[in-house]
Amino acid sequence: MTTTPQAIRRASPRTNRAAARPEPAAPLLPSPEPVRLLDEAGRRVSPECAVRDYPEPPTETLRELYRRMVIGRRFDVQATALTKQGRLAVYPSSRGQEACQVSGVMAVRPTDWVFPTYRESVALVSRGIDPVEVLTLLRGDWHCGYDPAAWRTAPQCTPLATQTVHAAGLAYGEAHQGRDTVALVFIGDGATSEGDFHEGVNFAAVFRAPVVFFVQNNRYAISVPLSRQTAAPTLAYKGVGYGIASEQVDGNDPVAVLAVLANAVEHARSGHGPFLVEAHTYRLEPHTNADDASRYRSMDEVETWLGRDPIARLETYLRGAGALDDAAVDAVAAEAEAYAADLRTRMNADPVVDPLSLFDHVYAQPTPQLLEQRAQVRAELAAAEEGEA
Amino acid sequence: MTATAGKVTMAKALNAALRDSLAADERVIVFGEDVGQLGGVFRITDGLLADFGDKRCFDTPLAEAGIVGFAVGLAMSGLRPVVEMQFDAFAYPAFEQITSHVAKLRNRTRGQLSVPIVIRVPYAGGIGGVEHHCDSSEAYYAHTPGLKVVMPATVADAYSLLREAIADPDPVVFMEPKKLYFASEEVTLPATMPGFGRAVVRRPGRDATLVTYGAAVPVALEAAEAARDEGWDLEVIDLRTIVPFDDETVTASVRRTGRCVVIQEAQGFAGVGAEIAARVQERCFHSLHAPVLRVAGLDIPYPAPKLEHIHLPGVDRILDAVARLQWDDQPDPTWVAA
Ligand SMILES: Cc1ncc(C[n+]2csc(CCOP(=O)(O)OP(=O)(O)O)c2C)c(N)n1
Ligand SMILES: [Mg+2]
Repeated sequence: MTTTPQAIRRASPRTNRAAARPEPAAPLLPSPEPVRLLDEAGRRVSPECAVRDYPEPPTETLRELYRRMVIGRRFDVQATALTKQGRLAVYPSSRGQEACQVSGVMAVRPTDWVFPTYRESVALVSRGIDPVEVLTLLRGDWHCGYDPAAWRTAPQCTPLATQTVHAAGLAYGEAHQGRDTVALVFIGDGATSEGDFHEGVNFAAVFRAPVVFFVQNNRYAISVPLSRQTAAPTLAYKGVGYGIASEQVDGNDPVAVLAVLANAVEHARSGHGPFLVEAHTYRLEPHTNADDASRYRSMDEVETWLGRDPIARLETYLRGAGALDDAAVDAVAAEAEAYAADLRTRMNADPVVDPLSLFDHVYAQPTPQLLEQRAQVRAELAAAEEGEA
Repeated sequence: MTATAGKVTMAKALNAALRDSLAADERVIVFGEDVGQLGGVFRITDGLLADFGDKRCFDTPLAEAGIVGFAVGLAMSGLRPVVEMQFDAFAYPAFEQITSHVAKLRNRTRGQLSVPIVIRVPYAGGIGGVEHHCDSSEAYYAHTPGLKVVMPATVADAYSLLREAIADPDPVVFMEPKKLYFASEEVTLPATMPGFGRAVVRRPGRDATLVTYGAAVPVALEAAEAARDEGWDLEVIDLRTIVPFDDETVTASVRRTGRCVVIQEAQGFAGVGAEIAARVQERCFHSLHAPVLRVAGLDIPYPAPKLEHIHLPGVDRILDAVARLQWDDQPDPTWVAA
């Protein structure tokens, strides 16, 4: 007998759970197919045909989603160009993933916390963070260019999946202090194989911490395809083992991604515990500008996904709904151009980095040993300057 | 707190420090494996759940990276987590969280975020423990910029250094010598002692300096006592914290005595003792009458209980090292080429 998701749901009766566990507000298993509100041609999927229906976000919100996606993509293309000009050491592009990048930050409040990875530059600029501060890490001036406390946005995380446990702790800590903060954590498909992903989901589940785990399944972890990460039917199924609600969504359907995330955030905020969302999407660019994707995937595959452009899909839908016209599209395009031009100009300036700042913030107060090393570097710099003079 | 005087064990002093910190600062929370109802496998958190409730002291799933990573998030929300690793070797799953996040978050964010977490690690051997229960892992932490590494050796220090660790703005790895948990001393708590980065001369002496910390301190003191019979008057320095390191006290002592032996229980190669020996020779070269020697554990995986006495630096091995400090100005035969 094949086990259908419905059968699994039936086979996990309430009586098997610990008595104290309240009935979950949402089904633990994701919908059997990724949720879609727009089809590939940008037409609204009728609720009768939908695998699982979610309320559509207001039109004004969708227009803003469109605007931010367009600006986000222009930013992303500009950042890739900056690597070619030697202005950035490296850039991991999220072109093609804009529906996820932007919905991830639009689904939460400014007072909520976001835990991004290196892939999330577009999400960060969409959250309102200065693009130069977002790119500080990749330009190489310092590790984190923005103020995480002010933006309630953790530094971009490179050690895979380690941020998931931070999100669980942050969300629990906020609740502990009587605040209704939600933590939304971005994670890639490959990183769901790391132990910390499982520990993070489990901690959030056990402590009912208001966390949304948002997996962008872009099908690759550098070169390694999803089939090497998991034998699960989809990554969204990983939630059920931890007893948390899960959903999967077409990650190139911006309306569906935002609708599903909004529901997940609401679920978490209203005390029903964490929520796992998997978005099926695709990384159009190589892993970073330093990667050669032709070694592990075909151009045909990339072409197929170019045809599933999330921005075009939303534009078609909004035009059809009379919510977007040529003038509005042109205005957004012009805004995006201006944004990129400003970024180009500002990234052309050479940043001034103070070598002696290396010793700041290792500890709250430098140790005597660090003060000695600081004095040594200061002397080296003075000697070098004298040599030049 | 309710002041305690008389014979107190280190375990009780640590418990009192946690209790007093929980009472003094509502941001402090204590969690880990079995720290709630059971009070920890060594009973260090005994009674905290009953007295402070399960929002302040609680058990977690068995996942050390999870425990430390959860603490990072809690610290970001403004709390002051104190976590217990059940045993030294079981802290290794948390190594990535400790080295990549706990140690670096302040620096990565130019001080905009900080993670004042205390990671308590019962460590070292001499208790007849089976494998994976007796590691001395301090060098891994001391090698990581951004962490403070605290090594109490006495009951009063256990109390005062733990209070200080919890109040400190930086993350602290707090290493508790298991074999000293139930040794008791006459003390009055709360005890106030010098802060981090201040070594203490436990026994003044003129002829040579023994530099040590943590579990090895009582052994060094015993060796210094025994050395009197041989006519040596040995000074014993207890470092108390290895990060920050007190060069000043060590240097002043060795410049005066002219001879130095560094003692640690951990295996010697690339250990903290090697760092100390290097620092001493850099700073005291012209005062030294003999090479700085190290007495350490053997460079082997921690042995099974029946053989641990061979591994552990004991009084005899320390006295042998002292004997090799070129008292008659003859080169140490160990290092003379055949
Ligand atoms: C613990 C750890 N191991 C390996 C790496 C190197 N690495 C960086 S990104 C990456 C692939 C991650 O893939 P995925 O989670 O799918 O995210 P994506 O890059 O596709 O957004 C790897 C292996 C790392 N950063 N951290
Ligand atoms: Mg991926």
